[in-house]
Amino acid sequence: MSIKIENLSKKWVNFAIKNINLEINRGEYFVILGPTGAGKTLLLELIAGFYTPDTGKIIIDTVDVTSFPPEKRRLGYVPQNYMLFPHMTVEENVEFGLKMHGFSRLKRKKMVDEVLELAGLSKLRSRLPETLSGGEKQKTALARALIIKPKILLLDEPLSALDVNTQKKLREELKKLHENLNITTIHVTHNHSEAYFLAEKLAIMKDGTIIQKGSPDEVFYKPKNNFVASFVGFENLFDGKIVERHGNLVVVDIGNIKVEAVTSLEAEKCTLGVRPDDIIILESPSKSSMRNLLKGKISNFMSMGSIVNLTVKVKEKSFMVLITKRSFEEMNLQKGKEVYIAFKASSVHVM
Amino acid sequence: MLLFLILPIINTVSTSAGGLGEAITTAETVNAILTSFFAAYLATLITFFFGVPLAYTLARYEFKGKSLVDAIIDLPILIPHNAAGISLLMLLGPRSLIGGGFSSLGVSFVDTIFGVVAAMVFVSSPFMIRSAEEAFKSVNPELEKVARSLGASTFNAFKNVTFPLAFRGILTGCLLTWARSISEFGAVVVLAYYPKTAAVHLYDVFVNWGLSAAAPITALLIILAVTIFTVIKLITAKPLKPSFS
Repeated sequence: MSIKIENLSKKWVNFAIKNINLEINRGEYFVILGPTGAGKTLLLELIAGFYTPDTGKIIIDTVDVTSFPPEKRRLGYVPQNYMLFPHMTVEENVEFGLKMHGFSRLKRKKMVDEVLELAGLSKLRSRLPETLSGGEKQKTALARALIIKPKILLLDEPLSALDVNTQKKLREELKKLHENLNITTIHVTHNHSEAYFLAEKLAIMKDGTIIQKGSPDEVFYKPKNNFVASFVGFENLFDGKIVERHGNLVVVDIGNIKVEAVTSLEAEKCTLGVRPDDIIILESPSKSSMRNLLKGKISNFMSMGSIVNLTVKVKEKSFMVLITKRSFEEMNLQKGKEVYIAFKASSVHVM
Repeated sequence: MLLFLILPIINTVSTSAGGLGEAITTAETVNAILTSFFAAYLATLITFFFGVPLAYTLARYEFKGKSLVDAIIDLPILIPHNAAGISLLMLLGPRSLIGGGFSSLGVSFVDTIFGVVAAMVFVSSPFMIRSAEEAFKSVNPELEKVARSLGASTFNAFKNVTFPLAFRGILTGCLLTWARSISEFGAVVVLAYYPKTAAVHLYDVFVNWGLSAAAPITALLIILAVTIFTVIKLITAKPLKPSFS
């Protein structure tokens, strides 16, 4: 089913969701990405029907469901921390929705057996939620939501309570599940890589509003403003002025530093964004296809396992650079050492 | 502190053990105990039906005047119970508006079992409401949301999810309400001296026949209360379901 959200607003005591407009196509995996406190969960709860919006409409296919209570919307909802019913076994949790929809005992048994088998939960059917691992809880919550054949699946940070390895595994399983069922899904998260991996379309949310929406590539590589840019990983952001133009190739002055970039932006004043992983470190200036080569000094470094986060000071500006621990050691890098940083003009995003 | 609590009880029971047999076989004592148990049972039932929804409302919703409602609920704990009895008499007595109305329906509160129950409900309801309120607060409201999303109406979400999870707390509330009702004297004696409850009967025996006559009945009441409490505690302490099966 498709879902259309028109001018949706809701005011709480200290917070408001403001004028949300979204259109999610049938079978689409849509991710709402935003920092904590952006209003993602509240938006999901408005869609689920737990609150009535002050203004706006929620239309599923062609039906305006804005005034429908949650039990009449038939949406699969998986909240943060899964919220399995603690007094019910895995089987009873999964069966709950069927019971509420009035399925006969025989039909319920058959459907629950099938879903448990499919989700690999058959052996755990008599267990209480408190005895399950994070991954098992997530599967049970998904099975419970999906068994009622919901029109749309709503997932609220479904992977955030899991350890990194389980997250990666279940992320892939979610993708496979979506490919198999082709169910319209709205997934809320603050995790970039999760959003990029799963989303067919995504929206960035901040302070109760949608700031940018589009395909993952559009949002991650062509952010509309500073907030989106820094949120999706453009850690090097500099205000500047376009001083030369050669077609789409421009030279931007960011304060005694000239940076070449590719853009169609017509304004003179602009902001530049470069991802730390798009910059490489060189010990000496060498010829490469990278149009930007700047001399600087390492002012700080932070080791994060196999990756090292370097800060290179070029004149007055600090550039964040990510390199592998191996390269860091092979180049014998240390604080105060003079190095060159290089990046492509096409890696520079101009806003 | 513990000694101060336990010593009078041990002392009463041990010194009155000889008269226990007689106390058990006295019809008046047995009737008074049965009246207490029955009236307390009715009071608990009434408090359950009216108190649990109120407790749920307090636990789940914010509304104007909530602090006033909170204060009203705690009122019976604060005011002396004989004063509560007098207030109830003024409200439910045959010459009052409400009491008169009930009288015309054939229900009188003065010196009847209805009066005993009314006094018990008044003094014990805070125990039910507060226990249930705490129990409901301990149930994550997100669980109700999930139940609603799965097709449950508000009532079904309450019945299938919230109530079973709050059940132990509500049961404790019932237990406390029942116990508080049985032990009530001040309000009951003013509103309904008859039919005599155990506490009123004990007072009667003490005033008319002295300490030696009252002690075995006291011991009997203590033994009954401790036994019933222990049994109920044992039942409620059992896990609802085994972790693995």
